[in-house]
Amino acid sequence: MTAILVAAGLNKSFGAVTAANDINIAVERDSVVGLIGSNGAGKTTFINMVTGYLKPTTGTISFEGRDITALAPRQITRLGICRSFQIPQLFNSMSVAENLLVGVGIMASAGSDWIAAGRQTGNPGEAVDAILDQFNLGGYRDRQAGLLPEGTRKLLDIALAMVVQPRILLLDEPTSGVSADEKFELMDMVMKAVRETGVTVLFVEHDMEIVERYTDRVLAFYEGRIIADGAPATVLDAAEVRRYIIGEQR
Amino acid sequence: MKLDRTSVALLAVGAVLIAVGPVLPKWGVSLLNVSLCYGIVVLGMMLMMRTGLVSFGHGLYYCIGAYAGGLLDHYLKLPDMLLMVAGGALSAAVVATILGFLLAKYRDIFFAMLSLAFSMILYGLLTKSASLGSTDGFNVAAKSIAGVAVNGEGRQFAAYALTVALAAVCALLLNLYLRSHRGRLAEAIRDNELRVEYMGASVRNIVHLHYIMAATFAGIGGAMMSINIGHIDPEMTYWPQSGEFVFIGILSGTGSVFAPMLGALLFETIRSFAYEYSPNTWQMVLGITMLIVIVFLPGGLWSLFRQRRAP
Repeated sequence: MTAILVAAGLNKSFGAVTAANDINIAVERDSVVGLIGSNGAGKTTFINMVTGYLKPTTGTISFEGRDITALAPRQITRLGICRSFQIPQLFNSMSVAENLLVGVGIMASAGSDWIAAGRQTGNPGEAVDAILDQFNLGGYRDRQAGLLPEGTRKLLDIALAMVVQPRILLLDEPTSGVSADEKFELMDMVMKAVRETGVTVLFVEHDMEIVERYTDRVLAFYEGRIIADGAPATVLDAAEVRRYIIGEQR
Repeated sequence: MKLDRTSVALLAVGAVLIAVGPVLPKWGVSLLNVSLCYGIVVLGMMLMMRTGLVSFGHGLYYCIGAYAGGLLDHYLKLPDMLLMVAGGALSAAVVATILGFLLAKYRDIFFAMLSLAFSMILYGLLTKSASLGSTDGFNVAAKSIAGVAVNGEGRQFAAYALTVALAAVCALLLNLYLRSHRGRLAEAIRDNELRVEYMGASVRNIVHLHYIMAATFAGIGGAMMSINIGHIDPEMTYWPQSGEFVFIGILSGTGSVFAPMLGALLFETIRSFAYEYSPNTWQMVLGITMLIVIVFLPGGLWSLFRQRRAP
């Protein structure tokens, strides 16, 4: 397998606080990678650096061999790296279908074709219906996004990331705020959609059941460093991971 | 290209207004002229409001449009209505393209106040420019339309017909744009800029584009107003003028391209009657009107139609 995303020597400091300390990662294509760690360990900082929201103090990030360290979030998205958020980022005054239509529209106007962007192309409704079906959101089609239950908001947030057809999907705590009954259902749906489209996934998660069940590799963060990297069973059994991240739960 | 109901209605109303123009009383023509010129300007305000931005200085482009058209007549001796409108639109668009590089970075009150500052800078420049008539401004007299000489009542009707046609075309173009992929991003930006960026679109570029479009509409409205009124002065960029556009924008709502036209018509009607029957307190009448709209129709006049249509 080949690396689709490579982070080399990433460091990020906020004043005296070091949020990323010499992070070196190579993510293989089509893999599902879990990022674990306690709060403030540097997981979200890593995702923010990959997606361009934060620039590393030193180090480089490359995607499919191209250096993306200095690119803006929208440029990185255009290349094929999309993300969801810990707190869902939706268009709250719009309906679910209109939310997705925004993404379909942005895809239709990819690049700088202003003429294509300025007219209706194809039938955007079909593309929206396909995503609604994929994420089982059809029943919420005309519901206002701002009034949806939290689990559905999470799902729509992920669907919005998927609508722009990424090659890498970064999920920031996809099951936080979702009830225990719904979390596997949500992850099953997301993973099914991801596998159908061949997207590489990195997700931040505190729920070790989710991590064990859905990942094929786990990166454990502690104080901005990666303290363990490998198969889920191996990483979750590592002494440092048990001491600093899982505690005595296992 | 398939036209939606709004577009068809716009063309139909425009055609009817032009057809009945010759039989309308003078006051009716005058009221429609002023209202539609304001309506064209407020179309741009509506686009900006949909994008989540309110300009307190949109009079800047209204005035630039008027002066550009007026200067074509005054200095270049090109008193053609279409040329004056084209000159006004182009001048406003060029200035907005330049200022937009700065303004597109700002949001909320910073955008509003910065736009006000630019309009007041122009006001200061114009009042100090003796060659442009200083505070008195100067008269404008369009004498032809598309090269065809017009005068007397023919000139008045030509100006009226052009105003109606421009209002319909501007509203039609904006309606088509708002239905397009990029047009839909206006409300998305208002709701959540971060998400728009993370879906791969440049918020700053879209805001800049919308700012230029809004300015172009204002330039057209300003040039057309100068043709209709026959006079221009720096008051067109003074802050109360921009305040009137904001007033009409809030009164209208952002639900449809028809709304700015109806809002402007209502505003002008109330102002005319209030000034006629209550010359010392007409501002209070407008203030109370605004209060009523904000309390009972926070989505503007157009929300009234939406509520009625809802099951």
